[in-house]
Amino acid sequence: MSSSSRDEILGKIRKARGRSGPIEGFERDRLDARLKSRPRGIIPQKARNTGAALVQDFISRAQGVEATVQDISALSEVPDAVATYLADHNLPAAVKMAPHADLAQIDWTQRPTLTVSEGRSFGQDKVSLTRAFAGIAETGTLMLLAGPEAPTTLNFLPEHHIVVLKRSEIVGAYEDAWDKLRDQVGPDGILSRVVNMITGPSRTGDIEQTIELGAHGPLGLHILVLAD
Amino acid sequence: MQSTSKNFKANSTKALADPNLQQALGKMKVGFVEKRAKARAALPEFDALRDQARDIKNHTLANIDYYLETYEAAVQKSGGVVHWARDAAEARQVVLDICAEEKAKSVTKGKSMVSEEIALNAALEAAGYEVVETDLGEYIIQIRGEAPSHIIAPAVHVLKEQVADDFRKKHLHLDPKRSLMERKELISEARGVLRQKYLDSDVGITGANFLIAETGTSVIVTNEGNGDLTQTLPRVHIVIASMEKIVPTLDDASAILRVLARSATGQEFSAYTTFSTGPKKAADPDGPEAYHVILLDNGRTEMLGTEFEDMLRCIRCGACMNHCPVYGSVGGHAYGWVYPGPMGAVLTPSFIGVAEGGHLPNASTFCGRCQDVCPMRIPLPKMMRAYRRKEFEAGLAPPAARFGLDIWGFVAKRPSLYRLATRMAIGLMGWRGRKEGRFKSLPLASGWTDHRDMAAPAGKTFQDMWDKRQGARSAKDLEREAAR
Ligand code: SF4
Repeated sequence: MSSSSRDEILGKIRKARGRSGPIEGFERDRLDARLKSRPRGIIPQKARNTGAALVQDFISRAQGVEATVQDISALSEVPDAVATYLADHNLPAAVKMAPHADLAQIDWTQRPTLTVSEGRSFGQDKVSLTRAFAGIAETGTLMLLAGPEAPTTLNFLPEHHIVVLKRSEIVGAYEDAWDKLRDQVGPDGILSRVVNMITGPSRTGDIEQTIELGAHGPLGLHILVLAD
Repeated sequence: MQSTSKNFKANSTKALADPNLQQALGKMKVGFVEKRAKARAALPEFDALRDQARDIKNHTLANIDYYLETYEAAVQKSGGVVHWARDAAEARQVVLDICAEEKAKSVTKGKSMVSEEIALNAALEAAGYEVVETDLGEYIIQIRGEAPSHIIAPAVHVLKEQVADDFRKKHLHLDPKRSLMERKELISEARGVLRQKYLDSDVGITGANFLIAETGTSVIVTNEGNGDLTQTLPRVHIVIASMEKIVPTLDDASAILRVLARSATGQEFSAYTTFSTGPKKAADPDGPEAYHVILLDNGRTEMLGTEFEDMLRCIRCGACMNHCPVYGSVGGHAYGWVYPGPMGAVLTPSFIGVAEGGHLPNASTFCGRCQDVCPMRIPLPKMMRAYRRKEFEAGLAPPAARFGLDIWGFVAKRPSLYRLATRMAIGLMGWRGRKEGRFKSLPLASGWTDHRDMAAPAGKTFQDMWDKRQGARSAKDLEREAAR
């Protein structure tokens, strides 16, 4: 079924375009070149700050969509930041952490009452701690990649999601984040199975068009911006 | 879904008399329109971005066979499977075959208008699968046994109190005395009930807002996070997407995303924009073992190269219906099939034929607001007019309208007769309506006067007044003017 359907659909497209077969020759080269060069369109002015102003844009826009943001100056401040967040939100003293090399360096012994476990979530965890790939200042958006060090379930199942983001990982526009990602995936071009762009905590307007937080994903999104 | 589009008139009469619906629509009108206006004002480049989005889609449609083949190759490289489906029946069969092969029992779904278009739930249920919609709005209407009435807010026609009643009837395992007064309580109840469904289900089905040729990636845009749970927890992820969702690159998708959320909900960006490429890799700790994409045609290739091709740029933002005075009065169900509002008035006759859906383009005042707000610059009124013409040519317009238009046509082609007839009619109307200045009813115009009054004319025809003001009607008149 599928291959004849495929031929028929492509055939109808070509007929509508007045062609008898695939695009060939110069036209095809032009399309191949466009795919490789990935022309950028208009990048809004608001996505073009640099330096400290860029970081400030990211922070204020993330706050604008109900994320909370905290500056930390070293990874060693993470346990305190997490413990305070849990206490402030009346949450049990337990965190499910992504098996990420950076997070593995954190010394939790200063907070002995906190239970920290690693791995994916099956829905029992109230709070997760993960590592972002980039922050996008344009709309206060985090970019997270799925992979061995980053279970996707940690981004969606827990009620609260705490994310560590380095200041140097903040870029201006979505396109800047894609370029950063392409540098990493190498020439075969296969992306991480999932790239999540996360802009604030989960929300719904499905009952009478009034926004409420915490629909299916996290109710709280807390971003720890790490100076580096 | 069985279409009742032919009954638009009866459907809308019912809708206008439904107090719950009218109250719900009243709440919608202010929200979406104001939020979009704010989002637009906050981004000076917005209109230029709309032009750019239009151009990207036009480029893609002009070369869509190339981009679909490129996309297919990239999906295969990442370990996914692409299925091509000519029509709804083929698409349903692909889903049923995958479910059977995977020995699935239950299916969870993220929001997908294409799945409504192919009536997937009914087919899955008939084959014995449990199907659970996980988007809150879709879940509400699934419980109510209704179709969505809006493409991004499927339960926009339902009031909070009605949701509470529905939840009480459906969630019998919960304490019957629990409070369901607040929106928060309703949302947390749905969250709890649905959480278990994701974890238990074998197959997760989502739609796609974009397919990216460069990387073989499908994109979903949501606020709730239900789509992400739907595609992460079950063993199998099936994406159902219509073929025009394709764009060349990640950068092109990002460029169009800049106008999508702003036009839809007035958000600068939705909470979750998720890019998925292939199944779980060996070292990944979670994610589906299998990743399938169904590329659906179902009438789209027929639109290519016609006056309706522009419609294939649609990104399903809903702005056209949010700003439509007709949609705002009658809601989405009156349109009688899957896609309501101005975009539905063009898509319905395109997908299910002029005989079934050709009456919808009449549900327009041609005020043009839909086109003004459409982020993809789709000339909706022009296409609705084209369908009106087709409906008329096919002899499908109601007999009274045809009769009236035939007489008008006869008279209009004969200027002196036209002038005489209009002068008589206007004189008569002016005389009859002068007392109140308005008509409460007019013969042959009850479609207008049942819901609003018609202003009484001044007693002279336009031509008469034009003659009087400008004087110039013929060459002789002009000469006379010049001589004066
Ligand atoms: S026609 Fe335009 S405004 Fe309407 S849903 Fe499609 S893209 Fe949005």
